[in-house]
Amino acid sequence: MLEISGLRKVFPNGVVALDGVDLSVPAGEIVGVIGRSGTGKSTLIRCVNRLEEPTAGTITLDGADITRMGGAELRATRRRIGMIFQQFNLLTSRTAAENVALPLEIAGVGRAERGRRAHELLELVGLGDRGGSYPSQLSGGQKQRVGIARALASEPSLLLSDEATSALDAETTTSVLDLLRRINAELGLTVLLITHEMDVVRAACDRVALLDAGRVVEEGPLGEVVARPGSRLASGLLPSLGRVEVGGHEHAEEVVLFEDAEERLAAAIADGARIEARSTERIGERRVTRALVVTPKEVAV
Amino acid sequence: MNDGWSEWAPLLWTATRETLVMVGVAMLVTIPFGLLLGVLLLLTDRGGQLESRVANRVLGAIVNVGRSVPFIILLVAVIPLTRALVGTTIGTTAAIVPLALATIPFFARIVETALREVPNGLVEAALASGARRREVVSKVLVPEALPSLVSGVTITTIGVIGYSAMAGAVGGGGLGDVAIRYGYQRYETEVTIATVVVLVLLVQLLQFAGDRVSRRLSHS
Ligand SMILES: Nc1ncnc2c1ncn2[C@@H]1O[C@H](COP(=O)(O)OP(=O)(O)OP(=O)(O)O)[C@@H](O)[C@H]1O
Ligand SMILES: [Mg+2]
Repeated sequence: MLEISGLRKVFPNGVVALDGVDLSVPAGEIVGVIGRSGTGKSTLIRCVNRLEEPTAGTITLDGADITRMGGAELRATRRRIGMIFQQFNLLTSRTAAENVALPLEIAGVGRAERGRRAHELLELVGLGDRGGSYPSQLSGGQKQRVGIARALASEPSLLLSDEATSALDAETTTSVLDLLRRINAELGLTVLLITHEMDVVRAACDRVALLDAGRVVEEGPLGEVVARPGSRLASGLLPSLGRVEVGGHEHAEEVVLFEDAEERLAAAIADGARIEARSTERIGERRVTRALVVTPKEVAV
Repeated sequence: MNDGWSEWAPLLWTATRETLVMVGVAMLVTIPFGLLLGVLLLLTDRGGQLESRVANRVLGAIVNVGRSVPFIILLVAVIPLTRALVGTTIGTTAAIVPLALATIPFFARIVETALREVPNGLVEAALASGARRREVVSKVLVPEALPSLVSGVTITTIGVIGYSAMAGAVGGGGLGDVAIRYGYQRYETEVTIATVVVLVLLVQLLQFAGDRVSRRLSHS
């Protein structure tokens, strides 16, 4: 669906924000790009709808190269790409419904139809009764829902999200991410999201890419990445369970197990091992169990 | 005293109407041109939608020159232009030309400043939705800056009232004219006081109304 290749962005002040990014976003998936601050995440996502001009490289959406588009073609493509922002970016002079209607106005949709669609979209994001409220009368989470409804207004096939939950508390973050997942499932929308929080990736993404100093250094489906030995993404997705004091004849080890975790742990216990701590969660399409296993020296899980 | 009042009360009334017409028409001319110039100053600036170093420098220079010429000099300097535009160089109609000329650059800067206050993220949200440049101006910049623009119109109008009094001094009519002719040249101090009172009331009323409208328009 979206193919980014060899993407470079050098700012006029000489900063190389993107240094040859290759990334593909398969249709219907939620792809997360994670990385430290200043590593080029926002620049990357802003190049996709050309809020930032790429220096080199190509970005193709369903076969058409966005980097070569101009004028009307670019505007038409932007209408197929929704975007949500960290600071919501709602117009203060417009009500929630009028904000949602903005992309429809730009697309030349008539007034009655705009009103109807805006209301539908607000219902979809759970704000059916708040259409007449101004952004200043809404909470952060509600504002982001309006932002999402606006991004969906022109029925895009791709949604870009730049730190959409960074200004929200943990609970609101969860509900906004759930909404994104629901939209992804119900509308078949492809999502490219930027975040600096592994929790967001764990909760919302099918695939993840690690951006470091303007390059994608690791990438893959979540379920595959967690099983990758020595992976930076895996250690981020699976934070340590902690440490345990053991005697000289014992050996402590943190293990990551998948669908056969129960049998493997049961077998280890039968062999005389202790489980000091464990947790199981869904990561991507997999059930991942982490366990801190203490074994007599000769036993191995 | 009684005698004086009955003599110059109608005069004061006429002068007030003349001032209102001068100021009103000058503002009607100033607002569209000032808006256009202010929008262009913003859009041609670095990072703007119509970024152009040359255009921005030229517009900036025009505005700065317009703002630095003392009004009293402008008043005289534009006499040929005034004659060409309105066919006369004295009276209320003639005063409108220098008034608008002096006010447009001032208002343009106010517009530019007000539009600059609109967060860039809002412009980007519109662009990301596929907006054209003029839609960015008409649907984002101007509506979002509207409360500040209204305050700017208030400030500018009050400024024009002051200038219009000066225009009166060179035969433009209005309250300034009355104050000079009766109060200053004929030592009728009450007339001066009365015109000042009318001017103060006008300014107060404008400020009050402007603040109210601005506040009503603001949803932030
Ligand atoms: N307009 C600009 N001009 C010059 N340099 C810029 C500009 N925008 C970003 N940069 C630089 O490009 C680099 C990447 O910035 P970017 O905003 O993409 O990082 P990020 O990964 O989104 O960071 P964060 O997590 O803090 O949002 C940084 O070094 C930044 O200083
Ligand atoms: Mg960023």
